[in-house]
Amino acid sequence: MKVALFVTCVNDLVFPGTGRAVVQVLERLGHTVEFPVDQGCCGQMHANSGYREEALPLVANFVKTFDGYDAVVGPSGSCVAMVRDWYPKLLPDAAEVAARTYELSELLVDVLGVTDVGATFPHRVTYHPTCHGLRMLRLGDRPRRLLAAVGGLELLDLPGAEECCGFGGTFAVKNAGVSGAMLADKCQAIAGTGAEYVAAVDNSCLAHIGGGLSRAGGPARPIHYAEILAATS
Amino acid sequence: MSGGHIVARRPFPVAARAELGDAQLRANLRKATHTIRDKRLRVVGEVPDWEALRQAGAAIKDDVLARLPELLEQFEAAATAAGATVHWARDAAEACAVVTGLVRDTGAAEVVKVKSMATQEIGLNEALEAAGIAAVETDLAELIVQLAGDTPSHILVPAIHYNRAQIREIFSRNGLSARTDDPPALAEAARRHLRAKFLSARVGISGANFAVAESGTLVVVESEGNGRMCLTLPETLISVVGIEKILPTFRDLEVFLQLLPRSSTGERMNPYTSLWTGVTPGDGPQTLHIVLVDNGRTETLADSVGRQALRCIRCSACLNVCPVYERVGGHAYGSVYPGPIGAILSPQMSGEGANRTLPYASTLCGACYDACPVRINIPEVLVHLRQTGPHPPAERAAMRALSWAMRDRRRYTAALRAARRGAAPIRLVAGRRGAVRHLPWPLSKWTSTRDAPLPAKQTFREWWAHERA
Ligand code: SF4
Repeated sequence: MKVALFVTCVNDLVFPGTGRAVVQVLERLGHTVEFPVDQGCCGQMHANSGYREEALPLVANFVKTFDGYDAVVGPSGSCVAMVRDWYPKLLPDAAEVAARTYELSELLVDVLGVTDVGATFPHRVTYHPTCHGLRMLRLGDRPRRLLAAVGGLELLDLPGAEECCGFGGTFAVKNAGVSGAMLADKCQAIAGTGAEYVAAVDNSCLAHIGGGLSRAGGPARPIHYAEILAATS
Repeated sequence: MSGGHIVARRPFPVAARAELGDAQLRANLRKATHTIRDKRLRVVGEVPDWEALRQAGAAIKDDVLARLPELLEQFEAAATAAGATVHWARDAAEACAVVTGLVRDTGAAEVVKVKSMATQEIGLNEALEAAGIAAVETDLAELIVQLAGDTPSHILVPAIHYNRAQIREIFSRNGLSARTDDPPALAEAARRHLRAKFLSARVGISGANFAVAESGTLVVVESEGNGRMCLTLPETLISVVGIEKILPTFRDLEVFLQLLPRSSTGERMNPYTSLWTGVTPGDGPQTLHIVLVDNGRTETLADSVGRQALRCIRCSACLNVCPVYERVGGHAYGSVYPGPIGAILSPQMSGEGANRTLPYASTLCGACYDACPVRINIPEVLVHLRQTGPHPPAERAAMRALSWAMRDRRRYTAALRAARRGAAPIRLVAGRRGAVRHLPWPLSKWTSTRDAPLPAKQTFREWWAHERA
């Protein structure tokens, strides 16, 4: 299957390891991954912050770049939700490519029919379902099922898992106080599990959570779940 | 035109900061919202056709909004034929003037009130007070807020920000003595205080949860029975009703009387449902006035995306699941409509004051949309309302620049490279985890509460070009 990687701008610049992990997982499963270099930002931040005009050229660029692939995969719940849920409303031409764009766990579980990707990660991990993955894409337990199949991994329940971490894009700076209060509760819940890692499908939420964890000085560290699925030792 | 208590005076972030400092408030809110949240989940989970009910609720309300003028006229005709007098009010000031005039005509110096969002919205108690008429709130939580000289902080549980000990304190300051701060003792103290008011009141004032167009019937859904007293004992009843409260037919109540109690109090059925149609000779109030209030609803109706906010049945489920509301409480929203629904309703009903900061008071987490019994896509409306700003000039410039850079491969690659290189000196001083504790403005808004990540040493596209291309 010819899969195009939509790495997302945040991953491209700050978390390239997540993009490499997606490539590794899919290649290990025998698929060909392409990286269309014309891709940029999906426009989520613009659209969600009230700049629809500024988002539109980015939407158009995405549609042009990913035209013609069997499947597009993105390691980000919120960017994929932007493409799938919002693109068709912003640009009617986007409907077709939007329908073929998947978050990694959807591609693995629904399209490729795999839950055991042959990974090993001997650590205690807790999973935070990020809001757009949970309530827009309705990923359900797909990421958890993938993690549960990883060799040596101990998956710990996170209390209040479905509560927002307080990131919310520009909310994190526009309403930094409230965002910080939500973050503090999330970090406390994570610390309470005794996990070494908190995994999620979104590096932007994880950057916020990780920033809170490192500020608080606890042992838990953030990790994108694709990097766990890529690990073999 | 609109007005009343729906205009925030302070920008949300400023108001929120003040509330966040109150640890007692946060503890009270957390306990209360989580309790009611869990109850709601339990009773909603046991209804096999809950999704179909939500869809029906949304469809009925959409139909109402599409035919509002016609249905309102039908309601007026039916209610008038049944003996009611119908009044129309364009805004809060007009509504208050109508009600005040009607009470004056009866010569009463005191009125008893059923809990009602519409009368809170228009600021009726203050208007009556200015005219020398005492308005007595008879809902327990509403009474607590009134005695405290405070404003409601929740649609359904206006005193949610107080705990029991604080309530007993408020009571004793006002000469209501409760033996302990147990809920039954507090309720008993309130009951003794209110009983005298019910028996002497000549005028009752209510809102309505629903107004049935085909029959002219008004409906109030409540828990305590105080509403039933106010609706039946006085000689005169004045009901203040928002124009979006219309339902086309009596049958439609079947849907909403299932949706509302389960979503609001987390009960299968509410203890008291009162329905009345005009005047019944020899039974109940012999004079009935119905004041239909617009106050910004017509403006809201004109917006094809935003109008779904008018489906709201004021159940408050969205408040109880909202992580922002849970941290700051209702007062931070500066309107009688707090929480997610307030963030989309207040700015649409009135664009004045600081209301335009409200659509940003959300992470777009979507919990409100999932909980809403009439499927109002609150995140969609929030994003829609953000399109009109306010957009700070520096933010607008940055968004434009980013959009320009990110739509073209060469510009995008150059921008990523510049960001990576720019971060290199910061990396030298970053801690063990490569996390940054302090950044200069405007990035300091991020590092005020959490460490910041740094761009990687090699971007993904650089790695790809190096390894794969
Ligand atoms: S918006 Fe929906 S959930 Fe919120 S109060 Fe209104 S009906 Fe209830």
